[in-house]
Amino acid sequence: MSIRHALLALLTEAPKYGLQLRQEFEARTGEVWPLNVGQVYTTLQRLEREGHVESDDGGRDGAQRRYRITAAGASELDGWLRTPPVAGPPPRDELVIKVQVAMRMPTVDVHEILQVHRRRIVEEMQRYTHLKADAAPEDVGLGLVVDAELFRLEAVVRWLDAADNRLRRRPAPPPPSGGVARPPDVADRRVPDRPAEARR
Amino acid sequence: MSGVLSLRQVSKVYGSGPTAVHALHPVDLDVDAGELVAVMGPSGSGKSTLLTVAGSLEEPSGGEVVVCGAPLSTLSSDARARLRRRSIGFVFQDLNLLAGLSAVENVALPLELDGVAARTARVAALRALDELGLTDRADHYPDDLSGGERQRVAIARAVVGDRRLLLADEPTGALDAANGEAVMRLLRAACRGGIAGVVVTHDAQLASWADRVVFIRDGRVVDETAPTTGPDTLLAPDGAA
Repeated sequence: MSIRHALLALLTEAPKYGLQLRQEFEARTGEVWPLNVGQVYTTLQRLEREGHVESDDGGRDGAQRRYRITAAGASELDGWLRTPPVAGPPPRDELVIKVQVAMRMPTVDVHEILQVHRRRIVEEMQRYTHLKADAAPEDVGLGLVVDAELFRLEAVVRWLDAADNRLRRRPAPPPPSGGVARPPDVADRRVPDRPAEARR
Repeated sequence: MSGVLSLRQVSKVYGSGPTAVHALHPVDLDVDAGELVAVMGPSGSGKSTLLTVAGSLEEPSGGEVVVCGAPLSTLSSDARARLRRRSIGFVFQDLNLLAGLSAVENVALPLELDGVAARTARVAALRALDELGLTDRADHYPDDLSGGERQRVAIARAVVGDRRLLLADEPTGALDAANGEAVMRLLRAACRGGIAGVVVTHDAQLASWADRVVFIRDGRVVDETAPTTGPDTLLAPDGAA
């Protein structure tokens, strides 16, 4: 979440005080992203140094200053709205790693591990959905935030379901041939001539 | 709250011998008045069988189903049919609205089948449609309604009269996200009004509308969610959201 751009967006409506900006930011994001006053004033000071906002009375302290957006600030905001979010490499997904580890541990039921995570995510989804269900219909900001989180969590549940099916269909590992047992897949996948950047 | 539906060690087996299919292993489930419970599981997990057995559309192979205090095994076939008409409402993905009847006639039908005078049944049906925002669609036929409207008519038919138990099988399956949410809001509101509700689904978003989610796999209940905490947990200062 870009606080600086959210503040610029609020200032396109009218000049506003810092405390007012904080209250309106929280109200419009369904109070799901709390902001402290310090964050607001630090961000406003930086925006002012950059020429994106100006305050109408440099002599007063932060709480009494009213800020307005400049033409440079409006241009910065417009550019940000049209720029796609940074599409970097996918982050390491801790849940995927946990399932990868669990599936190789003979003492662990990987399906039970999947269910533990499925339940916890559905519980989280219940809290979000109930928040949305109890909200006033006109609270569109909250609805947008909650929907975004629900779709993200739903995708995780769908991945858990797909993983569950894939693991149920996997062939049984070959019986141990004696000696010290080793994980079935890891050694087989050591391909020395594989390009380094392709390994994970 | 009081128990409206109780499944006690209920099992269901189709066929016999080596080809027998155990759709439900002994399952326990209790649903109180005012409570919405989701039964979540993949295709073939037994969730639809659980619903049809709970609604007395199929007899269990073992165990007991108790609806509104009445053990179904002690009721005659006629008494079970009467209980279904009076106390249980069904919402299925493929609706089962009768194409030759208008929306209000579809909603009034279960009351009329139960002996309620046509005029009284129509008044009750119109009231149910009004609560679901369908007053101006009452005289339209199913083919003239959108998918969302047809599903709302099906819900009106399921809750009309003095229904105590609402059973829904993938009730938002064919709907887009906005209509699906509208349907779940209605089901939740019906339960807040005192009806006990059971929704079976594979869909986590749909299940998340429930007060409690029961997970089913291979005919067995394997897990269930803890009681939901208040939404305040989402407003933690660290921005847990």
